[in-house]
Amino acid sequence: MAVPVSFVLNGKPVTVTSPRDRMLVWVLRDELGLTGTKVGCEAGLCGACTVLVDFETVLSCSTTLGDVAGKSVLTIEGLTVEGKLDPLQKAFQDHHAFQCGYCTSGMIMAAWAFLKKKPKATREQIVEAMEGNICRCGAHVRILEAVETAGKGMGGVR
Amino acid sequence: MKRRTLLQATAGALTFFFTSRTSAAPVEPTRPGAYAEDFNAYLKISADGRVGCFVGKTELGQGALTVLAMLVAEELELDPAQVDVLLGDTDLCPWDLPTGGSLTMWQTAPVLRGAAAEVRAVLLGMAAKALGAAAADLALKDGAIWVKAAPTRRTTFGALVQGRKMVRHLGKVKPKPLSDCTVLGRHFPRKDALAKTTGAAKYAGDLRLPGTLHACLLRPPAHGLKLASADTAAAERVPGVRIVRDGNLLAVLHPQPDTARKALALVKGTFEGTELDVDDVRIYQYLVDKAAPGQRVVSSRGDVAAGEKRAATVVEAEYRNAYESHATLEPHTSVAKWEDGRMTVWASNQSPFVFRDSVAEALKLDKDKVRIVTPFVGGGFGGKLVAPVAVEAARIARQVPGVPIQVAWNREEDLFLDGYRPAAVVKLRAGLDASRGAITFWDSTVAGVSQGEAEFTYEMQTNRYQAPAVPDLHPLKAGAWRAPNAHTNAFARECQLDALAAKAGMDPVTLRRRLANDPRLLHLLELALEAFGWEPAPGPTGRGIGVACGAWRQALVVAVAQVAVDKTTGKVQVLRFLEAVDVGLVVNPEGARQQVEGAITMCIGQALSEEIRFKGGRILDKNFDTYLLPRFSAIPRMQVVFANSGTTITQGIGEPPVVPVAAALANAVFDATGARVTHVPFTPKRVLAALKRVPAK
Repeated sequence: MAVPVSFVLNGKPVTVTSPRDRMLVWVLRDELGLTGTKVGCEAGLCGACTVLVDFETVLSCSTTLGDVAGKSVLTIEGLTVEGKLDPLQKAFQDHHAFQCGYCTSGMIMAAWAFLKKKPKATREQIVEAMEGNICRCGAHVRILEAVETAGKGMGGVR
Repeated sequence: MKRRTLLQATAGALTFFFTSRTSAAPVEPTRPGAYAEDFNAYLKISADGRVGCFVGKTELGQGALTVLAMLVAEELELDPAQVDVLLGDTDLCPWDLPTGGSLTMWQTAPVLRGAAAEVRAVLLGMAAKALGAAAADLALKDGAIWVKAAPTRRTTFGALVQGRKMVRHLGKVKPKPLSDCTVLGRHFPRKDALAKTTGAAKYAGDLRLPGTLHACLLRPPAHGLKLASADTAAAERVPGVRIVRDGNLLAVLHPQPDTARKALALVKGTFEGTELDVDDVRIYQYLVDKAAPGQRVVSSRGDVAAGEKRAATVVEAEYRNAYESHATLEPHTSVAKWEDGRMTVWASNQSPFVFRDSVAEALKLDKDKVRIVTPFVGGGFGGKLVAPVAVEAARIARQVPGVPIQVAWNREEDLFLDGYRPAAVVKLRAGLDASRGAITFWDSTVAGVSQGEAEFTYEMQTNRYQAPAVPDLHPLKAGAWRAPNAHTNAFARECQLDALAAKAGMDPVTLRRRLANDPRLLHLLELALEAFGWEPAPGPTGRGIGVACGAWRQALVVAVAQVAVDKTTGKVQVLRFLEAVDVGLVVNPEGARQQVEGAITMCIGQALSEEIRFKGGRILDKNFDTYLLPRFSAIPRMQVVFANSGTTITQGIGEPPVVPVAAALANAVFDATGARVTHVPFTPKRVLAALKRVPAK
């Protein structure tokens, strides 16, 4: 049954009228038109749909609308503030840390949440943090470099 | 005149090209299957002087947008950022071959460079007239043309062309010599960088055309079965659901993709037909048996039996590889709309013109009644050369005129309906002479693939290659998988050479040096050894280093891998991987490096974990929990070196670096453990089995 559910999306309050058990990824893409969040497996296995809820990574294919009621959701579209790219987005560009780009939103969101907590992470810790995100084109090496670069920019020089 | 809006990703972000169909009508090639000769087909200069480049390839992630812009920028003295590239629209782009086979640089690039060179000459001619100077006295840069001796006497591309079609033609004009090039060979930012890092890049599934219905199709549980009857009553009770049937296609339509999927689960179908009695274990014998009656010699040299008598060291082995999925992260997706007697399909695809023809054929429409538009494509690797999803979307759309129909396969459908890398068996017998300098005989029989790229630039006294006349003997749908045939045959050949070297007590590089017929290969071997810092020794040395060579057309690759093998679990961890690559002139070094790194990564999955398991027509792998792609923890330290040999024309680079990866890893496993892994993927279970076969010392 469709009911109004309110949450904060990329810094702005929104109310969506939809079943509470509808998966967040469809709410984002279908109701709200934010298609930067991708669908890769619908089973929490690939990370393409990664978004942040209260700054924690969640897989939006396995998170319901009801789960985010009253919470704050951040998607790839919310990282660019007034046209200004997040340093992590810039690092992904500079390192050419993508090919087809289909995994990229999820990669950036997962890395962003991780770096907020641990800008001084080691390569091994970054690998562990990113293990849930699949890249089929094989941009892994560059993604790791981009995350390291962005971490250093956040004062995370070890 | 009707104006059409066309969505395409170009420099930086989404750009909407507004263009009238008449003025933008493509220049049809003079004969079918030929490249258009009129440069107007490829290049358009708008009134503001920006240059538009139209090519019938697609951007799969390989960087076509960027490298094609570089080619045009080179001839017209622009920055690639000043060139807008539009790809994969069959109404607006001239005919081209599919985006596969590493053909973009090899075949399309010379055509595009030639067109741009002619445009440059035409522009200079127009400017000479306008400025009252000889063309030879003019300079051009960034869209301006001026008299060298008097730079204030200047004009611009936009002012000269004024948005009109250029009707002058000069015939073939030679592009700049490579020695004069200032754009090619340099590093430029990818043109898709902004769109792909901000979520703005639109893929087929991201299109939200007003009124779109999402269609989910009823699938049989197994290949070989067809829909006999269906009870849709429960699904039809879901508000908003529509059912469309067309032959044995049954689709549940709904404005919401997830609701369509849920409603489909309420449809009860019955299926009829016969599944084949074969599975992922018995498939190899199945292929060998099925191939046997049609085996024929496709290439041979000398008397193999006589060669065998001269052999001092003989190795006989059977190499296998499993079915492997393309598993693009973006599943196959298309949106189709039937309107005004025309079918438009926005398709995730590698071959716009093949898709156009497939849709036209399936719907019995003239080709010019079908238009394929290509948004960003979330990976291809050969899997999106074929159009089943576009045909499905078009068949449904034909039944609901004016309504955009989106078909987006989910992961289970994508793994079920993919045309896999074919499973294959290569039987090899080969011998080395007593001086360990010559292959006296090489006898290869392949089943499941063709003999493509089986032969290599190694000297052999005698050889014989057998392959079945009809290579496709498969119970499951097989397709082109990045460097088709080549990785199967290179795996067998390079492992076999390694085994011969080891059995004869020599190191694997010395044997290859002695056999190499091509100085380019010798050079690449040295480059690889030096960059890796490796002094080869007869294996197994325990160091876990392996080498393999491969070719794709004129491109050559040498791979060196280092692995660690856990003898308790059988797990192979790749520590280092180097490729030395000769593709002639490297047009876009950063893009080329990305392709090599990507190929190495992808083939680590191919070599170690990716396998489609099946029983009869049932595909047992339904998602990424059992179909295992390489993740971050599997990624080794990587090195890529290019030999800018300059001796060959520019080769594409999507496929060559794929070819030797699995063989280098298998040879590294041998060097680490003494165990020969001959079955791709060498999963922990297969590695443990191979370890058991190692004779005790």
